[in-house]
Amino acid sequence: MATAGNKGANIRSDCFVTLELTDRGGLEISLDSKVGALYGDSINTLAEEILAHFGVEHARLLIEDRGALEFVLAARIEAAIKACVETDKEYLPDLIPKSQVQNTKDRYRRSRLYLPGNSPKLMLNAGIHQPDGIILDLEDSVAPGKKDEARLLVRNALRRVDFYGAERMVRINQLPMGLDDLEFVVPHHVNLILLPKCESAEQVQQVDARIAEIAARHHIEQPIYLMPIIESALGVVNAYPIASASETVVALAIGLEDYTADLGAQRTESGHESFYARGAVVNAARAAGIQAIDSVFSNVSDMEALRAVVKESRSLGFDGMGCIHPRQIKVVHEAFAPTENEIEKAKGIVQAFDQATSQGLGVVAIGSKMIDPPVVKRAQRTIDLAIRSGLLSKNWQDTPEG
Amino acid sequence: MTIKYVKNAVGRMIPTEINGKPVIPFQGPHGYKTTGWKYGPPIRTCGDYPDDGDKRVADLKTALAKAGLKDGMTISTHHHFRNGDLVANQVFQAAAELGVKDLVWFPSASFPCHEPLIEYLEDGTIHHIEGSMNGPLGRFASQGKMRGAGVLRSHGGRYQAVQDGEVVIDIAVIAAPAADPFGNANGLTGPSACGLLGFALADSQYAHNVIVVTDHIVPFPCIPWQVQGNNVDYVVEMDQIGIPERIVSGTTRITKSPDRLYIAELTAKFCEAAGIIRDGFSFQAGAGGTALAIGNYFGEIMRERSIKARFARGGSNQYLVELLDQGLVEHILDGQTFDLEGVRSMRENPHHVDTSPFTSYNYHGKGNFASMLDVVILGATEVDLNFNANVVTHSDGYLLHGIGGWQNCLFGKNVILPIPLFRDRIPVIRDEVTTICGPGELIDVIVTERGIAINPRRTDLIEGTKDANLPVKTIHELKQEAERICGVPQPAQFTDKVIAAIKWVDGTVIDVVRQVKE
Repeated sequence: MATAGNKGANIRSDCFVTLELTDRGGLEISLDSKVGALYGDSINTLAEEILAHFGVEHARLLIEDRGALEFVLAARIEAAIKACVETDKEYLPDLIPKSQVQNTKDRYRRSRLYLPGNSPKLMLNAGIHQPDGIILDLEDSVAPGKKDEARLLVRNALRRVDFYGAERMVRINQLPMGLDDLEFVVPHHVNLILLPKCESAEQVQQVDARIAEIAARHHIEQPIYLMPIIESALGVVNAYPIASASETVVALAIGLEDYTADLGAQRTESGHESFYARGAVVNAARAAGIQAIDSVFSNVSDMEALRAVVKESRSLGFDGMGCIHPRQIKVVHEAFAPTENEIEKAKGIVQAFDQATSQGLGVVAIGSKMIDPPVVKRAQRTIDLAIRSGLLSKNWQDTPEG
Repeated sequence: MTIKYVKNAVGRMIPTEINGKPVIPFQGPHGYKTTGWKYGPPIRTCGDYPDDGDKRVADLKTALAKAGLKDGMTISTHHHFRNGDLVANQVFQAAAELGVKDLVWFPSASFPCHEPLIEYLEDGTIHHIEGSMNGPLGRFASQGKMRGAGVLRSHGGRYQAVQDGEVVIDIAVIAAPAADPFGNANGLTGPSACGLLGFALADSQYAHNVIVVTDHIVPFPCIPWQVQGNNVDYVVEMDQIGIPERIVSGTTRITKSPDRLYIAELTAKFCEAAGIIRDGFSFQAGAGGTALAIGNYFGEIMRERSIKARFARGGSNQYLVELLDQGLVEHILDGQTFDLEGVRSMRENPHHVDTSPFTSYNYHGKGNFASMLDVVILGATEVDLNFNANVVTHSDGYLLHGIGGWQNCLFGKNVILPIPLFRDRIPVIRDEVTTICGPGELIDVIVTERGIAINPRRTDLIEGTKDANLPVKTIHELKQEAERICGVPQPAQFTDKVIAAIKWVDGTVIDVVRQVKE
């Protein structure tokens, strides 16, 4: 007998399935569903289809459903079957076209919202809060005994959930387990893999190689980027080799909970114990030409404290921060938004560039000062961010006031 | 006997008779014109009442017996104590002890605390309920177990029905937090203070017999008298009439759900973009977690723009009182009160105005306050592609909520329903709603976490918000999105038995609820 999923008074949008293989008698499916009057028939049909897909002919299946969507039901039933039956098959829900997000190395990664990999409810509406990225987490938020079913749920979520344009990230487990996680995510429109507790360039290369191998097998052409997370003293020491280990590494993140534990220090509000590590991570990331991403702030009800933390984070040179609650996203975005001064400066540069281009000039100058192409690019990014943050009108060039 | 059906103006098949009384089918929001005179209760003489003004009797049972309680009578109560009411159950316990049968219970609303009444519905003491049936009572009715059909009315519709004589109340039992022996009563003081007693107004004016029940008797005069003693027959003292912490129930807190807060914020942004929030505007402040959050966002916008609202209509609550105290709202027009802070402010701040279903909601009157509101925020369990909405049944067919002031508020200038696109896999936007409670022509905007749908009739709102960078979609697009996520639900199964009628504000029947096939 095998079970999968979650149940309990507070569980919603999930189900708990119990499967028992039998010798004869065919399939006996019982459904106890909160939405049985509306989806009972379709849930039964789905269960039969999945059991048939895996060649299960005689079994008792109990589904205790609290409004789980089809991709959740499918993942739970598949997990229960795989706990009973040895099989290489997969039951894959259709890929929705919107699950393919075009990605670039330098896209904004101001906020990334952590979603526990075995809790479907939080996944469904994650995208509406417009984080730059969402992270389906297979590591710390999933209990050791639930890793197998979480992999299937995360796989199905990647195929079925519209995250409304957010970069689709997965945090795999620490190596070596994490290498096996990749099989469940790489073929399913993932954009970026977070590699936790990373301590060496070699680990990055291992992940990179496995991704390349799976991608080639599944004809995946989209780039899949890496964000190693530094969470130990050794990781901090090796930050630069890690950051520059591969072309696919686009950002380097720091995880302070584990880092301070590794140091044997208490995590404080002022954060002085991690000051060196944060500086080292930012420095290594910049040296490698990639983004530096800060840890998470764990007090989800104190927005003012969060604002202060993000401001400091930005002043240290970080490009973004982790979020563990959707309400944090807005605060993080506001704090990472460009200042008025920066916007004004950027406007001047972009305008000078546009003028030079329209006049066919190869060289951009403000007054007598020459402007290099990277500076223009940076100014354009600032403008873009200002527009996204609602600080500048999309048509700022049309109106004299901006 | 075969039942005859007619199709009403929203296309629903309505029986021509319910509980043996003829039915007038819904004819459009303003379609049905009535004539005639208001109902009048019987004339009484002072000689039959004590000269010293002391109308107290020993207990509730005595009062009911003196009021002439007998089989088939209509007994009313009101719901100011919400889920903390201790009186309604005792009324029917006393009736059962007196051996009376086939009563009609006519509450202004029922709550889960009234579940014990199922016993009296089963033993025949109560024949049926005319009033909202929340939770357990609704489920009981949906299973086809009630002897008669329920009749659901809005708060305004209840007043209208009493005023027009469509419902004749034989005995009204008014639970009052404070009263004097003459029967003057209010809701402002005493251990069960609930604010005001507006929902009992019609009962006190039109019932043949009025019993005031209190756990806090004060010497004459009890002022202000929200219920006037001159309308009262008997006064009963009791140890406890309500459970204070349930009178002020936990539902009146701002939501913490990030998804609902997002919808609230989007709703406020929409109102601002549409130009609804301007100096001197007015709004209805609902009691749900999302509606409370919207009130808060309105406050932020007003503060930022240094403008204020002329009035807010609502259940007073701590958040609304805060806006009043900060001068962002000039007056609160109270229909009921949702927390102790609201009750306190009502006692102390003269900028509260006591209202009742007569002043705010009654459709058979010379105007009412609801239609003057610039914006009302309401909920719904389902909305169809024509913006018709349901607020009483769930998609599985069960009757689980009352109408409250919902229908009456649809006459506000801008009616906005902030609702999640789906709840536990159940899509909110449907081809057809299970029960139509409000016609689509009165519902203007649906705000969901996945986009805003504006009723095509409101070209002004569509035009006014088109440059605001809001996620405006068609209602068809929203329905498609919900079905892509949830799948298309199968229709719920019903028997032919009508278990409840849904009245429109004018006494016509807009829809009926059928027994769920289990």
